Amino acid sequence: MFDKVLVANRGEIAARIVAALRTHGIASVAIYSEADADAPHVRAADEAVCVGPPPVAQSYLDQDAVLEAARATGAQAIHPGYGLLSENAGFARRCRDAGLVFVGPTPEAIEAMGDKAQARATAAAAGVPVVPGSDGPIDDDVAAAALAERIGFPVLVKAAGGGGGIGMQVVKKADRLGKALQSCRDRGRSSFGNDAVYLEKFVEQPRHIEVQVLFDAHGHGVHLFERECSVQRRHQKVIEEAPSPFVETMPGLRAGLTEAALACARAIGYRNAGTVEFIVDPEGHFYFIEMNTRLQVEHPITEAITGVDIVGWQLRIAAGEALTLQQDQLSIDGHAIECRLCAEDPALKFIPRPGPLGRFEPPALEGVRVDAGVASNSQVTPYYDSLVAKLIAHGPDRAAAIERARAGLDAFVIETLTTNRDFLRGVLDTDTFVAAAYDTGWLESYAKGR
Amino acid sequence: MADDIKAHITGTVWKIEVAAGDAVDEDDVLIILESMKMEMPIEAPFDGTITEILCAEGDAVQEGQVLARIDED
Repeated sequence: MFDKVLVANRGEIAARIVAALRTHGIASVAIYSEADADAPHVRAADEAVCVGPPPVAQSYLDQDAVLEAARATGAQAIHPGYGLLSENAGFARRCRDAGLVFVGPTPEAIEAMGDKAQARATAAAAGVPVVPGSDGPIDDDVAAAALAERIGFPVLVKAAGGGGGIGMQVVKKADRLGKALQSCRDRGRSSFGNDAVYLEKFVEQPRHIEVQVLFDAHGHGVHLFERECSVQRRHQKVIEEAPSPFVETMPGLRAGLTEAALACARAIGYRNAGTVEFIVDPEGHFYFIEMNTRLQVEHPITEAITGVDIVGWQLRIAAGEALTLQQDQLSIDGHAIECRLCAEDPALKFIPRPGPLGRFEPPALEGVRVDAGVASNSQVTPYYDSLVAKLIAHGPDRAAAIERARAGLDAFVIETLTTNRDFLRGVLDTDTFVAAAYDTGWLESYAKGR
Repeated sequence: MADDIKAHITGTVWKIEVAAGDAVDEDDVLIILESMKMEMPIEAPFDGTITEILCAEGDAVQEGQVLARIDED
């Protein structure tokens, strides 16, 4: 195992990884920008190195500064967390070249899943269902029109390098297709430096369900069941749960999803923790969307229902240890729900609300875990994303988990800062959420109709 | 009528889409602020002419700060 690991991230996930390092008796090195000198992840770590001014491009994304911090402190490995450098194959390669272990998959595996068109082809070749559409980028408008007619409108035009809803358009009628192709190409070129686009069938009333996998460097892997992530706004997850209440009602669906996820991972020789995302229609047909080759924000709900320490296994796998988990020994214990607490104002179209934070006291309740990136009497700055904490509620069944999530949100002391806490609390009370009768479009319409 | 164009959030000026002297239509995007990794456009409140730009791209701005001035047509 490692003696010292650098955490190349900030906020709640950096604090979570520092805590895992402590549990495993490994010394931790935090990095921070000038805006984060007093942040919880810095205070919790054994050592900390300032890597630059507040903007991420000049600090957390500055590969030279991060690698120099690792060298100067004698860290043997770098845990990238999520976002930032976590899916940057070039950075993973530079770590390897510098003799550092990147806690994640190989650069080749990151690349194989990083380009969406290539990822789709890889999944299809592994026998995993993909949404009917173009097998790879489509640059000919005439061919695109013919394909759209064949698979049927509505269709989705997507930029190959896109994500998070950027560079994506739904086209309902044939006469709108040409314009959408052009605008996605323009957006792809300006935002991602890649103007390739592809076309696929738009699945109506879809659910977003994903499968967590863990593979060691020796080819042994397991899945840790699924997470239901359909409660989203603007393609950003807001509340996640595990297991998926929908999957529970569909015989054979869990087996299909988990086998498909394992097949995707095997197809690229995957190692470490990864998540395979699927879109699922109301009849239970599922299609591969993408594989996230990193730790996921919502990993704690899987930890809650399986008892598996995912970050701990990431470190052990990166150190070359064999994964000792066996599939037939894994089972689902109860139900877990995660609420993402963000500094935003639901009354003003969810605009970001950085600002001063007074008392910040997470609830101490049975079955409630809070992963926080902020502390009392601090400043939430405008430089980074608005997630301040995740509240994870675990109970013996779904009703108990919902009850604990409600109690947790109610007991959370958050002074001064504007957050979406009351909005989250309201969602947990809706008939639609309680009945798990939502799809990925529901929360947006609920938010507008309040 | 002249009006102040103010920042509605605390953040950074990401892009300035207009210059002093430009004629703009209501709802045209004038300035895009960035806060917490989100782009937040500021639109023209009415048809008019931009008379002054009081910020630069990359500036950190506070909620309520005047970023530009506009004269109504």
